[in-house]
Amino acid sequence: MSASLGGVRVVDGISAEVADGEWVVVIGPNGAGKTTLLRALAGLVPYEGCVSIFGEDARGLGRKELARRVALVPQVPTMPPESSVGEYVLLGRTPHLSYFGSEGRSDREAAAAALERLDLTALADRRLDSLSGGERQRAVLARALAQDAPILLLDEPTTALDVGRQQQALELVDGLRADGALTVVCAMHDLTLAALYADRLLLLDRGRLVASGGAGEVLTQALIREHYGADVAVVGVPEAGPVIVPVRRASPARDARAGPR
Amino acid sequence: MGALVGPVHLGAANVVRAVFAHVLGLRSPLHGADDAILWDLRLPRVVLGALVGGTLAVAGAAYQGVFRNPLADPYLLGAAAGAGLGATIVVAYGPSGSVSRDLLPLAAFAGAAVAVVVAYALGRTAAPAGRAAALVLAGVTVASFLTALQTFVQQQNVDTVQEVYTWLLGRLATTGWREVGIVLPYALVAWIVILAHRRLLDVVAVGDEEAAALGVHVARVRIAVVAAATIGTAAAVAVSGLIGFVGIIVPHTIRLLVGGSYRLLLPLSVLVGAGFLVFADVIARTIMSPAELPIGVVTAFFGAPFFAVVLRTSRRTV
Repeated sequence: MSASLGGVRVVDGISAEVADGEWVVVIGPNGAGKTTLLRALAGLVPYEGCVSIFGEDARGLGRKELARRVALVPQVPTMPPESSVGEYVLLGRTPHLSYFGSEGRSDREAAAAALERLDLTALADRRLDSLSGGERQRAVLARALAQDAPILLLDEPTTALDVGRQQQALELVDGLRADGALTVVCAMHDLTLAALYADRLLLLDRGRLVASGGAGEVLTQALIREHYGADVAVVGVPEAGPVIVPVRRASPARDARAGPR
Repeated sequence: MGALVGPVHLGAANVVRAVFAHVLGLRSPLHGADDAILWDLRLPRVVLGALVGGTLAVAGAAYQGVFRNPLADPYLLGAAAGAGLGATIVVAYGPSGSVSRDLLPLAAFAGAAVAVVVAYALGRTAAPAGRAAALVLAGVTVASFLTALQTFVQQQNVDTVQEVYTWLLGRLATTGWREVGIVLPYALVAWIVILAHRRLLDVVAVGDEEAAALGVHVARVRIAVVAAATIGTAAAVAVSGLIGFVGIIVPHTIRLLVGGSYRLLLPLSVLVGAGFLVFADVIARTIMSPAELPIGVVTAFFGAPFFAVVLRTSRRTV
């Protein structure tokens, strides 16, 4: 698949397959095309090539059919400040309703279950603008869950969260995956967290897929240096797997690249 | 109340009984002249005020929804400027007398509708998906161009300034039930179509892209709602001139009181808008009685300060 934004080819001939129930994390430096890849998968940007979802061509699916199969949690979701958490989560039922239809009992139950699953039932009547960052993230996840789509796309789900909330959010996604045979494709910047949760990693650079596989294969010093231009040490920690630590050392190659500090 | 207030005292009980009598086809308890004042003068005006007020308010709420812009009003895409130009051309170049009186609503309606269609087409060439910001900019462009044309026409025909000006300030003058008959079908279509989109407007509130990810064709929703709001607004403008601020004050007051969900906001906008304009009309015709104030002055007098308050409170979300 390839996709262009404003004449620039942002996703360039990426070919990948994600198995049912797998958690794949897309990594890569800023501008690598992670977000565009996810948006194309959700049918939000035009692309060349083919996206096949459970054997069906995504282009052949209408917007609504696609939304019943794929739920997207954007990096910075728009949250209407005056909406209540309950109203917001109920919006997730949209793909299951007809154009002029309104929610029925099964929709309200699905939304209530999503609120319950994310521990938001007590906050259902709160306005969105009164929530903390962690609560907002949970509300967005609850909306995606209410959408009842087997594929969940997450764009940088943990960027705005502290270390504890990051862990909670990712554990939650992992729990949802275990409960409901959810397939997760997730873009992330934090390589250590990516290694911790992903079944498989896809490393993107300038729109191309440059490496894929388990954390041990993708998160190597050489690949990170080549594609992120970063000097890191990859440390093996028994409970965490590979931990990516930035390091500084005198290096003619780096000095030439980054200039004098 | 709108039917009760006026130079001739009719009595509340009589007014209620007379209205029922007319609706049910019975004999009115009022005498000939009083009955005519009620049925041919005051009631048509009250009903027209309710129709125009409800339409402008719900159109304003709908525009704020599809453009996700709290400052949007029914005239956002050039409807006011287009109607103003249409009316000015008729007043300046049209035949005098009653033909002109019949032509003016038509020209205003056509001007408003054409302006919005042009703005929409222009906005779509800039952003094929019909994105909100491009449409708003196109609306501003079309409006300033049409206003320039209107000013030019007016400059060339200075003797008609008074008449055009009176029309621009808005008024609910009626000649029997004629104006009500003109507006009613358009207003009903606008109300029904906009209210049918109440749930979808809540979805659009999360942004074009996220709404699309939820399976909604935002551009389709936007064009349907804009078309309905424009039909209603153009009809309202055609019979009552440019009555400002109703489309902003009413929806925002309701938002402050009951929250932002369009499921409540839209039906309440129809009701409160209707009541507000009838009330404004009572003030317009009593405060300097027997002279009548243009109703646009009354709504702006209340609207402008209110608008400032809305701006202050919505600053964090703009």
